[in-house]
Amino acid sequence: MSADLNIILPEIILSIYAMVALVGAVYTGKDSLAPMLVWATAALFVVMGFWIGATGSGDVMAFNGMFRNDAFARFAKVMILISAAAVLAMSQGYMERRGLLRFEYPILVTLAVVGMMVMVSAGDLMSLYMGLELQSLSLYVVASLRRDSAKSTEAGLKYFVLGALSSGLLLYGASLVYGFAGTTLFSGIIAAAGEGHLTIGLLIGLVLMISGMAFKVSAVPFHMWTPDVYQGSPTPVTAFFATAPKVAAMGLFARVMFDAFGGAVADWSQVIALLAVLSMFLGSFAAIGQTDIKRLMAYSSIAHMGYALIGLAAGTETGVQTMLIYMAIYVTMNVGTFAFILSMERDGNPVTDIGALGMYSKKEPGRALAMLVLLFSLAGVPPLLGFFAKYGVLMAAVEADMVWLAVGGVVASVIGAYYYLRIVFFMYFGEDREDSLDKSSSPLLTGFLGVSALLIVVAVFNPLGLTVDLQNGAHAAAVALVN
Amino acid sequence: MESIILFAPLVGSLIAGFGWKFISIRGAQWVSTGLLFLACFFSWVVFFSHGPETQHIQIMRWIESGTLSTDWSIRLDRLTSIMLIVVTTVSSLVHLYSFGYMAHDDNFKHGEESYRARFFAYLSFFTFAMLMLVTSDNLVQMFFGWEGVGVASYLLIGFYYRKPSANAAAMKAFIVNRVGDFGFALGIFALYMLTDSVRFDDIFAAAPEIAQTQISFLWGTWNAAEVAAVLLFIGAMGKSAQLFLHTWLPDAMEGPTPVSALIHAATMVTAGVFLVCRMSPLMEYAPQAMAFVTFLGASTAFVAATIGLVQNDIKRVIAYSTMSQLGYMFVAAGVGVYSVAMFHLFTHAFFKAMLFLGAGSVIHGMHHEQDMRNYGGLRKKLPMTFWAMMIGTLAITGVGIPLTHIGFAGFLSKDAVIESAWAGTAGGYAFWMLVIAALFTSFYSWRLMFLTFFGKPRGDKHTHEHAHESPPVMLIPLGVLALGAIFSGMVWYGSFFGDHDKLNGFFGLPAHHVEVPDGHGEGAGVDSHGEAGAGDQNPTEAAVSGHGAMAASHGTPQGAIFMAADNTVIDDAHHAPVWVKISPFIAMLIGLITAYWFYIINPTVPKRLAENQRPLYLFLLNKWYFDEVYDFLFVEPSKRLGRILWKGGDEAIIKGGINGLALGIVPWVTRLAGRAQSGYIFTYAFAMVIGIAVLITWMSISGGAH
Repeated sequence: MSADLNIILPEIILSIYAMVALVGAVYTGKDSLAPMLVWATAALFVVMGFWIGATGSGDVMAFNGMFRNDAFARFAKVMILISAAAVLAMSQGYMERRGLLRFEYPILVTLAVVGMMVMVSAGDLMSLYMGLELQSLSLYVVASLRRDSAKSTEAGLKYFVLGALSSGLLLYGASLVYGFAGTTLFSGIIAAAGEGHLTIGLLIGLVLMISGMAFKVSAVPFHMWTPDVYQGSPTPVTAFFATAPKVAAMGLFARVMFDAFGGAVADWSQVIALLAVLSMFLGSFAAIGQTDIKRLMAYSSIAHMGYALIGLAAGTETGVQTMLIYMAIYVTMNVGTFAFILSMERDGNPVTDIGALGMYSKKEPGRALAMLVLLFSLAGVPPLLGFFAKYGVLMAAVEADMVWLAVGGVVASVIGAYYYLRIVFFMYFGEDREDSLDKSSSPLLTGFLGVSALLIVVAVFNPLGLTVDLQNGAHAAAVALVN
Repeated sequence: MESIILFAPLVGSLIAGFGWKFISIRGAQWVSTGLLFLACFFSWVVFFSHGPETQHIQIMRWIESGTLSTDWSIRLDRLTSIMLIVVTTVSSLVHLYSFGYMAHDDNFKHGEESYRARFFAYLSFFTFAMLMLVTSDNLVQMFFGWEGVGVASYLLIGFYYRKPSANAAAMKAFIVNRVGDFGFALGIFALYMLTDSVRFDDIFAAAPEIAQTQISFLWGTWNAAEVAAVLLFIGAMGKSAQLFLHTWLPDAMEGPTPVSALIHAATMVTAGVFLVCRMSPLMEYAPQAMAFVTFLGASTAFVAATIGLVQNDIKRVIAYSTMSQLGYMFVAAGVGVYSVAMFHLFTHAFFKAMLFLGAGSVIHGMHHEQDMRNYGGLRKKLPMTFWAMMIGTLAITGVGIPLTHIGFAGFLSKDAVIESAWAGTAGGYAFWMLVIAALFTSFYSWRLMFLTFFGKPRGDKHTHEHAHESPPVMLIPLGVLALGAIFSGMVWYGSFFGDHDKLNGFFGLPAHHVEVPDGHGEGAGVDSHGEAGAGDQNPTEAAVSGHGAMAASHGTPQGAIFMAADNTVIDDAHHAPVWVKISPFIAMLIGLITAYWFYIINPTVPKRLAENQRPLYLFLLNKWYFDEVYDFLFVEPSKRLGRILWKGGDEAIIKGGINGLALGIVPWVTRLAGRAQSGYIFTYAFAMVIGIAVLITWMSISGGAH
């Protein structure tokens, strides 16, 4: 038992921290403690991230296989923790200035992170659902953090209702799988399913579970909530939605597919390929019509999830590896992009209209350049990191004989390039409007923006060995998962 | 030293082209010219110090791909060293001449445009590419130089880029040369396919086998050596403006005159002759191809000479003269007397460069007037230029003392060509064509002289009053070239067209009639690879033993050129009857007298003749209507095809398709996606349910559900 607790120690520490902070804050300073709590949480995330990244090794099970700690889980957890810490750090100033910074915010984020960590470590349908619900419930609340704003509450409510629907689908699927496999343990399911094709009951169960998880990664056609929630939520929350939960959901997706249904790759890879294609194209097409940058980023993340799903659809070790690398690069780019969006304001009020970026390069050439790098990278222009992310998953698809999928990805990325470049166009050639943006006042956000852009540019040269570390980590994770 | 010769022009070109802002335009001119003179000096040193043996100097490896292995390497033998001095001498003198000629140019804004630095950079770049061509030891490197000179020629013909005619001429030169280059490239492919190598040594060694091989090409099966030789010659035809691919050369006169002298008279256009001589070990095994070369060369010499009779633009007359002389060279090469082809190439470089530079001096003095009908009586105004042109004319028309070896350069080399043609074709077509062409050459050359320097001034009075002699910087190159035009024939006659010992010693040839006991084959084997150390051997002995090996086992041919054992044309030429030997001289005299009668004694004769023989006159004036025929056959259909692809293919299909997609379908889908995003939860939930239905269906169809 103590061995089991040892394995799950990071999650336990974070849970205890969340509860202690909650009770402590309620009985003491309440919201006045919030800034301190934000920083403490972010610091704790970073410490945990390094701890998991540095010390964890091997492949161990806890609680009779319900919880699994392997290289894949650790890779995903490090990504989750670091990106969550980055978003927390970025959000502090923004929320404080708008009176949104309640002490529950960091605590809810912590609980969501615990849920995500359980998700990527799940070895059983029940632990899977526990993690998923812990994460989801926290996120529903966070989405409507701005209680006095109709949009924010609407976003939270929509997310909650649709999320409940998706949870229902997932549970339905899980119960079907349990019914046909006779066990909830992934190791048992994979044994029951056997090699080759699935039985009809397992198949429908699988499809329903895929639908539930596709909702979490906001893959088409389960994406409808994404634009509304992204737009309605406070921007730091949007930034959070766009990063850590996506990694966790993608990790969970891969976990279920390979751990529980790894014997029937051919069955699910076609479904995921379809989701990938739909997501890439819808994300690219729909984003073109957007004028609100948060809504645009929502479609952008839909499209990007489509690309990440290509790696998963390949159903190979390379596919998983490239998918993980894709997620890491995606998170890096999004942290930088949201650092920019968070600093878009006029007279102290947040601005999300991309037209307001007209001739931004004149005002702040450095920040405009950093944003340009990020946008080019998001569009997948070589030699930036975003190109290699796309290249990796497309190659994985080609190697898995899914050339049509790779071709679709290339076509979609060409269409998608339009809306990224449109922002660049506004920044460099657009009209200089009266109501243009203020100068950025936050060195922290500029720092995040700059570091992210710098990483995107120099990563090709393997600075400090980071790129190779990332590759090795992703490779180890893929090996742990697929075999 | 060889590397310095090769790369000094490149360095000069780069400095002049990219560095003139730092060292001023004047500095750029001096640097490129200085480096060229350095290369020239070293070239003469190499020419005199390097024996006839073949030496390989590797610079670096270039391509290593499968069995294709190519070096940047210098093949230094007699052919190379002759070309080195020709190229660097003329080039350095032209650089110097350009100081004066390019000093003022109304085509550019003074003080604002750095056209002079650009001009010198192009000239030096051309020289580098030309040197790359002549020093190459494999076909691919040669092709690099071949294309490099093509680019330089294009850039320099179109140097006055504000003139539409110059741009058109540049494009014409490039496109016509593409036809030839395509043949050359096919020839390289054929030889690579046959020998698995592009190195000259390997190809030459395999030549006897190639001659025994049949390959399929186009519609039939042919002798491989004949096919390869013809393909290579098609490349040579383009570069050397032989009949059917010659139309670009007269138009190339749109370039500045120093360019015409350097590229379109002395060096680049002779690259084809050089190619045929370089490939002589292969050519010797392709008798039919060589007959074709002879026929085409003779025809070119004749046709160009007839057109030259009636042209009025001074540069065009000389351009057709160049084309005609190139025909002479190909005849010599075609009958198998490569040394004589090189001899004429060598002397021609001097006197033709000189004629062009002289013409440039006249044009310069006459404020860029080029029509000879507006000249006249310039002897007094331009005395130095007059004497230079006079020497050039004496050289090209072949003035000398018959039956001796005393005369101007052209006398010796052209007579050698004509005698060889007589011997090589048994007094046939080529011989008579060349003799008639010699008559015409004499006529139009003297016509040029008489119209320009004698008689009364015609044309714009003002221009004539202000006609002035060129500055010394332009006259010095003329003086140096005059030395070459007078003496180069007499000095090197023996080396190129003398008796066996001299000729063989000069080119490192095996002697024909010397019986050599077998057993020296090993020595030949070592020498054939030309590695370091081979140079230490006594070249004559190595060559002789090489012949022994060849006779026995078809070993690698020795020396710079190769003449098959049964090739006795050169001996036959020496033993030609007297009437053959004096026939070019008589032709020259007839031409001179006719020209004197037409343009000095009775200037009304040409006009009356032109009216009496109007169709013939127009036929010649319009250059045998080659341009018009080509326009009808090739240019217009190509334009039509291009217009179809442009309007129909590019604009309608590609542009229309992309625009339709980008402006029609994409916004439509975007609007659709926007409308689906209604904001109502039930829509969203409905989409999810539909999605599940689709997924289950998809999964059932795509292989699951058993």
